[in-house]
Amino acid sequence: MRVMAQMGMVMNLDKCIGCHTCSVTCKQAWTNRSGVEYVWFNNVETRPGQGYPRRYQDQETWKGGWVRNRRGRLQLKAGGRLHKLLTIFANPVLPNIRDYYEPWTYDYENLTDAPLGDDFPVAQPKSLISGKSLAVEWSANWDDDLGGAPEHGPHDPIVERIRAESEEKVKFDYERAFMFYLPRICEHCLNPSCVASCPSGAMYKRAEDGIVLVDQDQCRGWRMCVTGCPYKKVYFNHRTGKAEKCTFCYPRVEVGLPTVCSETCVGRLRYIGLFLYDVDKVTAAASVADECDLYAAQLDLLLDPNDPKVIAAARQEGIAEDWLEHARRSPVYRLAKTYRVALPLHPEFRTMPMVWYIPPLSPVVDRLVETGHDGESAPNLFGAIDALRIPVEYLAELFTAGDPGPVTEVLRKLAAMRSFMRDVTLGREIDESVPAAVGMDAEQITEMYRLLALAKYDERYVIPTAYEGEAHQLEEIGCSLDVDGGPGMGLETGSGPFGEASGRPVPVSVETFHALRVRQTSEGIADPQTPRARINLLNWDGKGRPPGLFPPPREASPEPGDITEGGAEPDRRAGAPTLEDRR
Amino acid sequence: MSTWDVLLWGVLPYVTVAVLVLGTVWRYRYDKFGWTTRSSELHESRLLRIGSPLFHFGLLVVIIGHVIGLIIPKSWTDAAGLSQEAYHVQALLLGGIAGFCTLVGIGILIWRRRTTGPVFMATTRNDKLMYVVLVAAIVVGLATTLLGAAGGEEHNYRLSVAPWFRSLFVLQPDVASMSAAGPAFQLHALIGMLLFAIWPFTRLVHAFTAPVGYLFRPYIVYRSRQGGPAVRPARRGWEPI
Repeated sequence: MRVMAQMGMVMNLDKCIGCHTCSVTCKQAWTNRSGVEYVWFNNVETRPGQGYPRRYQDQETWKGGWVRNRRGRLQLKAGGRLHKLLTIFANPVLPNIRDYYEPWTYDYENLTDAPLGDDFPVAQPKSLISGKSLAVEWSANWDDDLGGAPEHGPHDPIVERIRAESEEKVKFDYERAFMFYLPRICEHCLNPSCVASCPSGAMYKRAEDGIVLVDQDQCRGWRMCVTGCPYKKVYFNHRTGKAEKCTFCYPRVEVGLPTVCSETCVGRLRYIGLFLYDVDKVTAAASVADECDLYAAQLDLLLDPNDPKVIAAARQEGIAEDWLEHARRSPVYRLAKTYRVALPLHPEFRTMPMVWYIPPLSPVVDRLVETGHDGESAPNLFGAIDALRIPVEYLAELFTAGDPGPVTEVLRKLAAMRSFMRDVTLGREIDESVPAAVGMDAEQITEMYRLLALAKYDERYVIPTAYEGEAHQLEEIGCSLDVDGGPGMGLETGSGPFGEASGRPVPVSVETFHALRVRQTSEGIADPQTPRARINLLNWDGKGRPPGLFPPPREASPEPGDITEGGAEPDRRAGAPTLEDRR
Repeated sequence: MSTWDVLLWGVLPYVTVAVLVLGTVWRYRYDKFGWTTRSSELHESRLLRIGSPLFHFGLLVVIIGHVIGLIIPKSWTDAAGLSQEAYHVQALLLGGIAGFCTLVGIGILIWRRRTTGPVFMATTRNDKLMYVVLVAAIVVGLATTLLGAAGGEEHNYRLSVAPWFRSLFVLQPDVASMSAAGPAFQLHALIGMLLFAIWPFTRLVHAFTAPVGYLFRPYIVYRSRQGGPAVRPARRGWEPI
């Protein structure tokens, strides 16, 4: 037994209202720059729906993940090592930008600059790739809230499969449709096929916490990881020519903070914590013959953090005591293994994904309520779960490789909790038979209710920090993405001799240091001549426009009373409009 | 043997090697982040799927051909019983076909680069310069192959270019042999040297990191945050009992 720690996440889909706050904050934090305009490390899909990129779940087309070959061994679906090297000059199954969507902005200038005329000026969409006008035809959320579902819904690969298997159709007419939201980030798999696909060895799984990252200095842009990932959560930055992916917000997690998507989640549906798992058994678990056994095999990998044998083995591997303590309090372990209400997304891809989902009971409850039944009575709910085949089958295709058994069990547990807690809340007589029907007792159900419904911040996020002894190094390692065009592109690093994005990244700590020094030593708000100056609004009394509040205008033509006195050549990026420009 | 000959065939090759080696080391140290294929497959893959393998595989064969033609002395192939005519036939076939594939491949790629909007926008001045030199090297090289097939003593590069090339490695450049070679060969050699000189400063560097190691490494790569083995010093506080 070789114990390793893995940072994991659970999402409670019943609570997702599809507000996309996670996506937006993630984008602002990580992919708000050119080259990755089309990239959403976190996206929220409406299911049934095609997802993002379009139909990514159809591995017959995209060849992601692993398959079990005839000898019972795992093999990359897109082909082995030699095949990969032979197709390296043109990856045969790389998604095109249009499979994601062509990113665009609007020509807002036209609204103010258009000549007088009879018609109102409009802001035309302009492609962020080519700069030309384009007809917007698709995006990451084109079929949000089942928009256009009669047309787009039947192309959902899961809808197609259900139809092929059971002759039954998923209905998209308003009265009979069901839907739920599926937020997705990188799964930080135990058996990551993207890592296995990377010819350069630039992708790796962090030994300490299992976060899967791309070494930006080592990536050579061979693009095999994009194909390898069955969730299509590795993206190609078309400007830097490097792969980028969800980082599990490692700079935050290392200091004990939850990821940005979790922190900002309005529905508080995300849980972060540690799993302990046996790394020696991962390959065997991912190679079980029957796809329907993969969920159980994945559960078996997770080790009980309270088991003295596990603790001893973990100590032997050098896992710190506070990490073990955090593992014992891990909400994700409780949800996935103790209560067994969280399921992995598409276990049949055989990557052992570590972002788990509690399937939504809401389609069942909605149907009961719509038809005039009591949506909180246990017998009604149990009956409906058994009767409503389509939502359950759909969920099973997502979470258990098509086996409705585990999904039904989870839904029954959620139904039991719902019914039981109503009795508690309303002060009715408690019916012990309801928890018993799902193999739990009253105490367990109450605990689960506390975790799922009350969801206190420090119970949702149980994140150990990287230790103090290492803290100074963490800063120096810096963020390797922190170059011009990288996520840390706040720096005015400029361009190296080989075009944008060349040259050496400035470590985060150096940048912070400079910013701090400027703030503490400068007289005014900021020195406009210093490229890396930060504006310190704390030094501003709110009166007038002190020098440095705005960057100098593009052409050094000082007006009377303007902010620039010297008229020195402004050092800032072209194209960044300022208030001065707009006047 | 004029001063020019000495400069071109006795000095320039070493300058080229120095620029290539030092430039590559410098680039690797200074610009690891910029060291990439800068693939544009995301924007367009239909033409790329034809042009890119045609060009790259053609080029690989061309490189093998250069190694055979320049490294293996004529006396060896003679000893092996391969006549001059037979050698030329196989060189023309192998070299001609590979060179033609390379040329067609790069032709498709440049056409694609020019006509596909997003790909053209991602093309830098550096790229354009590199394309000019690269295409020139291929075109002149292909011409020399055809000339060599035409026969004639001055077109037999194995008696002129190859001895000079080998002599460079023992640091006694055989300037006389090279200055006796035909002008097409001399031009090709010059363009080749230019190509190697600009190599480290263009996107061509990706060739130096061809991922051969992929064949031999384990599938899943684990890396510790510290770079070394995953050692976790215990935190201060109560010792575990």
